[in-house]
Amino acid sequence: MRRLFAALLAVSLLVLAQPSRADQTEDALTSLGTPGFDNVREGVEQLATSGHPRAAEIIGALQAGLLFVNADQTLFIKQGDDSFVSASDGKATTDISADDLKQVRVNNGIRNAIEAALGGLRLFSPDAPTRLEAAEAVYKAHDPAALPALDQALAKESNAGVKTRMLEARAAALLSAPDSVEGDRIAAVAVLRARGDIETRGYLASLSDQPPAVAAAITAALTSLDRLAQIWSVAQSVYYGLSLGSVLLLAAAGLAITFGVMGVINMAHGEMVMIGAYVTFVVQQFMREHTPGIYGTSLLFAIPLAFLVTGAVGVAVERCLIRFLYGRPLETLLATWGLSLGLQQAVRSIFGANNRDVDTPRWMSGATEVGGLTLTWNRMYIILFAIIVLASLMAALRYTSLGLRMRAVTQNRRMAAAMGIRTPWIDALTFGLGSGVAGMAGVALSQIDNVSPNLGQGYIIDSFMVVVFGGVGNLWGTTLGALTLGIVNKFLEPIAGAVMAKIVVLVLLILFIQRRPRGMFPLKGRAVES
Amino acid sequence: MAITEPTLSRRGLARAGAAVATIAAIGAVEAVNNSAAAQAKATIKVGILHSLSGTMAISETTLKDVMLMLIEKQNAKGGLLGRKLEAVVVDPASNWPLFAEKARQLISVDKCAATFGCWTSVSRKSVLPVFEELNSILFYPVQYEGQECSRNVFYTGAAPNQQAIPAVDYLWNESKVKRWVLAGTDYVYPRTTNQILEAYLISKGVAKEDIMINYTPFGHSDWQNIVAEIKKFGSAGKKTAVVSTINGDANVPFYKELGNQGIKATQIPVVAFSVGEEELAGIDTKPLLGHLAAWNYFQSVDNPANKAFIDSWKKYTKNPKRTTNDPMEAHLIGFNMWVKAVEAAGSIDPDKVIDALIGVAVPNLSGGYSAMMPNHHITKPVLIGEIQADGQFNTVSQTPGLVVAQEWSPYVADTKDLIGDWRAPLKCGAFNVKTGACSTGKKA
Repeated sequence: MRRLFAALLAVSLLVLAQPSRADQTEDALTSLGTPGFDNVREGVEQLATSGHPRAAEIIGALQAGLLFVNADQTLFIKQGDDSFVSASDGKATTDISADDLKQVRVNNGIRNAIEAALGGLRLFSPDAPTRLEAAEAVYKAHDPAALPALDQALAKESNAGVKTRMLEARAAALLSAPDSVEGDRIAAVAVLRARGDIETRGYLASLSDQPPAVAAAITAALTSLDRLAQIWSVAQSVYYGLSLGSVLLLAAAGLAITFGVMGVINMAHGEMVMIGAYVTFVVQQFMREHTPGIYGTSLLFAIPLAFLVTGAVGVAVERCLIRFLYGRPLETLLATWGLSLGLQQAVRSIFGANNRDVDTPRWMSGATEVGGLTLTWNRMYIILFAIIVLASLMAALRYTSLGLRMRAVTQNRRMAAAMGIRTPWIDALTFGLGSGVAGMAGVALSQIDNVSPNLGQGYIIDSFMVVVFGGVGNLWGTTLGALTLGIVNKFLEPIAGAVMAKIVVLVLLILFIQRRPRGMFPLKGRAVES
Repeated sequence: MAITEPTLSRRGLARAGAAVATIAAIGAVEAVNNSAAAQAKATIKVGILHSLSGTMAISETTLKDVMLMLIEKQNAKGGLLGRKLEAVVVDPASNWPLFAEKARQLISVDKCAATFGCWTSVSRKSVLPVFEELNSILFYPVQYEGQECSRNVFYTGAAPNQQAIPAVDYLWNESKVKRWVLAGTDYVYPRTTNQILEAYLISKGVAKEDIMINYTPFGHSDWQNIVAEIKKFGSAGKKTAVVSTINGDANVPFYKELGNQGIKATQIPVVAFSVGEEELAGIDTKPLLGHLAAWNYFQSVDNPANKAFIDSWKKYTKNPKRTTNDPMEAHLIGFNMWVKAVEAAGSIDPDKVIDALIGVAVPNLSGGYSAMMPNHHITKPVLIGEIQADGQFNTVSQTPGLVVAQEWSPYVADTKDLIGDWRAPLKCGAFNVKTGACSTGKKA
């Protein structure tokens, strides 16, 4: 590693290649082509220091799994069109077939070497984001040998963001170097303290054998970082709670309609969620085949389709089964329980028992850091989606004529019928709406959970808990119930563990129901009295 | 329903007709039964006890298929002892008590010569008394927590020292890991394994505060703060790794959350004992690059025997994308061992076969031979693999030879003096070498 950066500096200073350089390149390429992880790793380190003009490209190909070797240990890089070029000079080769080549495999040790090597090689890239990434990689390696190269790069750097990263990388390297002076070290600790992320904390904690003044500065930095982290962790738990709450809300919103408004105990509700998730899978399969260009937007197509499909299933279920069982809750419970097992087995027969691979689009992967908070994109989008679903559901109930009829039927069925509303159809459509919302929830859940026939089972109990807790028949109650349960759960989990947290929440809920049997926001009015 | 007089009498008529039909039907069934009985004399029945519905269907259905394939192949070779094999498939539906009922049915009603089945340890514990009471043979193909040694069970999966301990050793030596997160699903296998691992790590000099143990329920899907906690635990300045005994479905959201929170294998590697090719088939593996798994077999193992097995499996399932995994290999080994032992004993009598099984060696798929030891466990190589972008494993470490199973863990105080040996003079599943007492296969 040390040689790596020393030689890098040499390259950057445009020192003429020494005669031994060619041999080193030769050696590096031979090592890379020799089986054995240690050889490959050595090859990467040698190549990075060799000054070979194609070093970055070759190492990049190794990282991407595109570097291949033949029986004579000659290296080739696979191109986008499945052809191969020679690794050492980039010339196209026609006489090589994929059957004679073996991929050069990497392990975690080699991956570390690759990242450090690429970081060093790309510090001088003309592209600012690449330099930023490179500085980050050098930071993670905290190798003192990188110091000259970093100083060189810092002198030229004009981009403020990249410069900060480089300064942090320099500080980390300084602290690792055995011969840095105390003043520099203390300044470096201050730089790292300002960076203050969790990895930096780990690095600071790992430093040993520092002069007493520096050690004191590190201890102070750690204490202040930990205090800050404690404050942030409260906010982080709230965020986790909101995110779990939004998932519960999505799963329960449909149930708030079918159970809350219609009073049907629908044990097959979870299966509607599951069908929604499978619709996402089918949409993705279809788009991958036919419209790969807009594959990234597949979820946007899946949402309405899942709504329609599960809505249709819901209407069919209501017409064929549930309408015969109104007013007989026990029979409904058993019948829908049977239905849920049937739907599970049907999906298992069609799609197989194995989990299905639903892709997460790029824009939903990863996380962003806000202060000390880590916000994962998929959860953020799900919170947003839950808000949109809830708002549209409320709007639909309040402002559409279907919503008006639904409310009328719920409040006073006979009067609504007398006013000319076809109550059986309204029942079917209400059930369809609830199921459709469940289907949309399935699209969201496909992003964070397994798409398997059992997907729905995991949510049915939680959904009922949310609806009962919030107050049957009240969407605001459902919302508040979901968020409360989510946040309580996430605050309990670190203290009591995931299993105990669930139990405690359940016990608290039972106690609450003893006090307020109709939940937080009970419905009032004649419909309830009767 | 309003019932009128004429319909009533018509009903009576119908009832009489139905009675006649029933009698006729009974006769027909009898005839079928007779011919079935005649056939049963010619076939040897093999029980297959794997869940085909419920939570575990995801893992166990494949094992049923592989057994059917093996039996079909054996029949194509002329069967066993000149008789055809016949598979009896039952579905215990991921319901642990039902496993015991179905096992009883396979042994007493269907008269199966041997049964291949179970996945979770609870299901094995549930059928164990049945196999012991009715004296039949069970082949159990999944890696498990050990601490058991029954005369009637042959364990073709790994014991902890054939999987967990070598994996910890690998991280200890190669990645210099000094801080450990033991994360598992809350049931018997992870709890026992973690108990053994904790004792092992402490015996290696790891401090108690450098070990974090976390349990989650089956099917746990919200991993946000547990992953965040692992991240925090890993920021104490020592190299940290996660040893995962998380089972089944919960793995997918766990790995997704790791990917989203940016925990890379180069920072905090996760080594898993229950994640195989089958489980990875349901996830985008790019963010998981480099996380590890320890098994005794990987689909990517490069040798002719494995290639042939994968080809015949793909042909049998008519699906070129089907994956193979470790418990499938265990069933292959177990089945071949049973065939050899029956041939050697010249009979399917359980007592004779149980004795003949010890010492039988058959080829495994990683290029060597696995042998049935006197403790009813088999010898295995241990492979450590890193997850690759294509969902397969890249073997990064392999034990130089075969590892003999330790059925009773030497790291747990209660069991460190126990050995299992079902050969003639001793014939004991839990023999205490200090006191000389035998507690026959049950925990002392």
